[in-house]
Amino acid sequence: MALLTLRNVSKSYDTPRGRHRVLHGLDLDVAEGEFVSIVGYSGSGKTTLVSLIAGLITPDAGDIRLAGERVDGPGPDRGIVFQNYSLLAWMTVFENVFLAVDAVSPQRSAAQKRARTEQLIRMVNLSAAAHKRPGELSGGMRQRVAVARGLAMDPKLLLLDEPFSALDALTRATLQAELARIWMSERKTVVMITNDVEEAILLADRIYPLTAGPDATLGPGICVDIPHPRSSRGLNLHPGYRQVRHALVDFLVSQRAASSAYCAAVSA
Amino acid sequence: MKKRVDVAALALPLVGVGLVLLLWTILSQTVAPDLPSPWRTWSESKGYVLRPFFKDGEMNQGIGRFALLSLVRVAKGFALAVLVGTPLGFVLGLSKPFHRAFDPMIQILRPISPLAWLPLGLIIFQRSEPAALFTIALCAMWPTVINTAVGVRSIHQDYLNVGRVLRLSRSKMLRKIIIPAALPYMFTGFRLSLGIAWLVIVASEMLTGAPGVGGFLWQEYNSLVYSHILLSIITIGLIGFALDRLMGMAERRFQTA
Repeated sequence: MALLTLRNVSKSYDTPRGRHRVLHGLDLDVAEGEFVSIVGYSGSGKTTLVSLIAGLITPDAGDIRLAGERVDGPGPDRGIVFQNYSLLAWMTVFENVFLAVDAVSPQRSAAQKRARTEQLIRMVNLSAAAHKRPGELSGGMRQRVAVARGLAMDPKLLLLDEPFSALDALTRATLQAELARIWMSERKTVVMITNDVEEAILLADRIYPLTAGPDATLGPGICVDIPHPRSSRGLNLHPGYRQVRHALVDFLVSQRAASSAYCAAVSA
Repeated sequence: MKKRVDVAALALPLVGVGLVLLLWTILSQTVAPDLPSPWRTWSESKGYVLRPFFKDGEMNQGIGRFALLSLVRVAKGFALAVLVGTPLGFVLGLSKPFHRAFDPMIQILRPISPLAWLPLGLIIFQRSEPAALFTIALCAMWPTVINTAVGVRSIHQDYLNVGRVLRLSRSKMLRKIIIPAALPYMFTGFRLSLGIAWLVIVASEMLTGAPGVGGFLWQEYNSLVYSHILLSIITIGLIGFALDRLMGMAERRFQTA
């Protein structure tokens, strides 16, 4: 059974110019341990989709379940890395991560919580900056704090909302590699939203294109049959890469399926 | 180059003071013969300035002692304003119905002069000291209320979402997210409130005749010692300036937080 299931999910917003139907009839299955990426144009409702899975907003129709249980509000079982990181500006790196560790493990002792926080900060290579505030950090460092905080929730599912979109190209490449490394070691189930096709292919097991809104919905899932660990340089040489890339770009451009390139949705 | 800038930064305010003293002198020599000149003001007031803490009676004390009495009164009124205004601002910022219910009322109460509140305070409390505090607090409270409410309302949704995802308890949400996020706004409110509290002190002391800079000012007017009025005015201005600077420093300290 899939860890995360979305069935026929729709969401609209009331705007001064009438009802804006963002998502319509959206289905998604994500298996345990899988890294799924959702690729779409800006403004196609990607952040709305993340907010729905996170439980920060409720769908107008449809059903979202995590491990069989209906999602009816936000919770640390769906750790989230916000698009703009949303680090608390008045707290140090340590305090930001500690807040999450503390929130999810009330039974642990203070020393254990501190040790766990330090371990997470080490994992994202920020030990030297642990006592700095977000304002003193570069964009890449803030992003790492956000990832550490997301992992600190020890979530069943980690949601990444365009995690690298605010970074310069070099930093982005470094952090993508780090995220891949962390994912390999932690084996969390991840749903990553992005507008970068390459990034999705580099990291994900399966990629869903999100059609352009309004009434956006997911196109057929595309399996990425390239073994981990992947490197952005080796990727170009892999025969599967061009295939996946073409399938995705074709779909996003034409929103028509070229069925041969897609694999069946996971039903296990 | 740098040195010249420093000299100008130091000299120009002195030029400003000099010009005002000149204008004051001209006024006192020409159109307003009852207005003591700067020099007469100094010679008649220096006893109060050079021995700032003497006390010959309730209404005959050094200007430092009067200022201290006024400062204590302002501190009490200001503390009252902050103690009432901050929670009120929080509730206004957090609850839409509460805001809808009370915002119009606040907008009506806000522009009322201390001169109007004081008699009401005297009626309620029957004694001048609590009436003065009541007036100071009531007039000074609004910037704290309004800025706190605005600060709470303008907390970025993302910060609140962090708290929601972590399922923080209400008290933790308040302590870890809402208060720190609103703190810069609150300090702006405190600063404006203190400014008003000091502004109101003179009016309230004048009307209650309480010992303090304002009370002294009014008494000396009635005794026709006009130079002491000027001494009081200058003292009020200097202390107000110092208070604002101090609050400005506190404000900046919390701005980065």
